Amino acid sequence: MKLLVCVKQVPDMESRFKPDSRGVWFSETDLAWRMNEYDEYAVEEAVKLREQLGESCELTVLSIGPDRVGEVIKKALAMGADRAVHVQDLDAAGKDPWQIASIIAGYAKEQSYDIIFTGMQSQDRGSAQVGVLVAELLGFTCATTLVGFAFADGVITAKRELEGGLKGVAKLQIPAVVTCQLGLNIPRYPTLPNIMKAKRKEIAAIPVTELLKEEPLAATTSFHPPAKKGGGVVLEGDVGELVEKVIAILKDKTAVLR
Amino acid sequence: MKTLLIGEYREGRLLESTYELLGFAQALGADSSLFIVAREDQLPAFAGKLYLADAAAAGEYNPDLHRELIFQAVEQEQPDYIVFLHSSYGWDLAPRVAAKLKIAQVSEISAITAGEFEVGCCNAKMRRSVKPATEKAVLTIQAGAFPVLQPGGSPQIRKLTASLSSNLEFVGYEPAEAKDVDLAKAEVIVTAGRGIGKKENVPVIHALAKALGGELGASRPVVDAGWVEHSHQVGTTGQTVSPKLYIACGVSGAIQHLAGMKKSDFIIAINKDKDAPIGEVADVLVVADVMQFVPAMTAKLGR
Ligand SMILES: Cc1cc2nc3c(=O)[nH]c(=O)nc-3n(C[C@H](O)[C@H](O)[C@H](O)COP(=O)(O)OP(=O)(O)OC[C@H]3O[C@@H](n4cnc5c(N)ncnc54)[C@H](O)[C@@H]3O)c2cc1C
Ligand SMILES: Nc1ncnc2c1ncn2[C@@H]1O[C@H](COP(=O)(O)O)[C@@H](O)[C@H]1O
Repeated sequence: MKLLVCVKQVPDMESRFKPDSRGVWFSETDLAWRMNEYDEYAVEEAVKLREQLGESCELTVLSIGPDRVGEVIKKALAMGADRAVHVQDLDAAGKDPWQIASIIAGYAKEQSYDIIFTGMQSQDRGSAQVGVLVAELLGFTCATTLVGFAFADGVITAKRELEGGLKGVAKLQIPAVVTCQLGLNIPRYPTLPNIMKAKRKEIAAIPVTELLKEEPLAATTSFHPPAKKGGGVVLEGDVGELVEKVIAILKDKTAVLR
Repeated sequence: MKTLLIGEYREGRLLESTYELLGFAQALGADSSLFIVAREDQLPAFAGKLYLADAAAAGEYNPDLHRELIFQAVEQEQPDYIVFLHSSYGWDLAPRVAAKLKIAQVSEISAITAGEFEVGCCNAKMRRSVKPATEKAVLTIQAGAFPVLQPGGSPQIRKLTASLSSNLEFVGYEPAEAKDVDLAKAEVIVTAGRGIGKKENVPVIHALAKALGGELGASRPVVDAGWVEHSHQVGTTGQTVSPKLYIACGVSGAIQHLAGMKKSDFIIAINKDKDAPIGEVADVLVVADVMQFVPAMTAKLGR
């Protein structure tokens, strides 16, 4: 069995975002980076399956981006992936989901993977498209938003999360792509010995130009903060004073403090 | 301009959210026809053209077959835009349609400004304007962003059938977990978000809820991490609440959380990040460390 997991590196969402010089994405100055939250669940699920299947199984992690994505690749290797592919691309952020999916599919089609794991969406772009597009490009079966995953006898049993807590169960023949939702599992923390071991694992570097053959299908024309709705009060300062102010507002504006 | 709207049907019933698609088409100033896999006795109140496939034959979740049926409707209708809700049905099916037609998809549209589509990004903190580079495009719209428009009337039905073998077999639904706390009845809800830092801090948030005679709420990561039980979760995959007072502690304000609480009468958010999107719905945004502010407030109320 061959497994692939796709991980994206995204900024810490508590960062302050400012438009870049082209005004179509964020400027990268002063940002801290981490693994896309949804992809942590994807890596964990892939590693669990890798453990279930044992030595006959190989798990590859793939990430597209500049050198800094080496950090998320190393994390996935330390969590238990066997080898890695870094698709080197200085302008991954400028590519649309169709191009990103084409790059992944372009690499994967030579490799005959059985199962590909992705996150349900990326936190920064949030298109929720790449995983499904990869499946379409490769002709794989696909299910999205998994909160349950089991594999036995060549069949995946996928539990999809629907609205209002309802779930839908489907059986998928492999080869398949599954996109992982928050809460699918509890992602592990890499242990020190595994971090050391990961340093010896292979990271293949491939320039993006070798894999990308597609033009974008959509363009971002502007990146900006939301229009302020107004009305809300913003309170800052000393905690003691803040408490006084909030209690005064509660007495004035609500009926909960009599 | 022509839109083909993809309605939704589940567990034998038409979903109300289908009417948000009509609200979107109106905002776009487009003519619309509707596609739906449903039962004939569950048709939407809409006087236009309705491409209908029978749910008994096509199944409620059968993306390969539904994609095929949508193609048939697209062939006949030649729409400029094929519009889905950004829901578990829509985000699953939309990219399949877009890929097969090799056209752009714009996901989770929350507004139309100057002919361009506005979508949220960076966990809803920022916005992007997006323009398809292809003549036709697939669009998904954010739940709750466009008005519900129920035009009434009966549709002109065009029946569609297709058969196809699929490597995906839908087994069935699993009901939501029973909830032991009915947050919908609470007058005050104090919610713990990931910003509280650790499980050990949950009682601090709970204490403020108790001091105000209310219940403890939780955001999804707090539930996923096992800090608080699922029955306390607020949001699209938890409960929808509208208390007199909602206090969000260390909650960023993702759209799926806002969907569950934005109708609260009065909203206070405590967040160390002044730009957190919860500020868009909050009546009061207190910029502070939640673990300093909350205990101080509880203490003050106790006096
Ligand atoms: C299909 C789907 C369904 C979903 N359903 C739900 C749902 O039902 N409910 C739900 O809640 N989410 C849901 N989510 C998840 C949602 O998208 C967000 O990931 C989630 O709401 C974020 O939770 P949070 O605000 O607690 O955490 P974060 O987004 O991590 O935010 C933490 C916040 O705390 C602040 N903070 C950090 N430290 C401090 C401090 N010391 N003092 C003060 N503030 C601090 C930060 O500035 C930040 O704003 C769903 C997602 C998907 C894709
Ligand atoms: N640059 C990238 N490198 C590797 N995987 C990616 C990249 N961008 C997106 N993905 C994968 O596609 C998923 C969905 O992303 P998106 O369609 O952007 O919401 C992510 O959770 C990742 O698994």
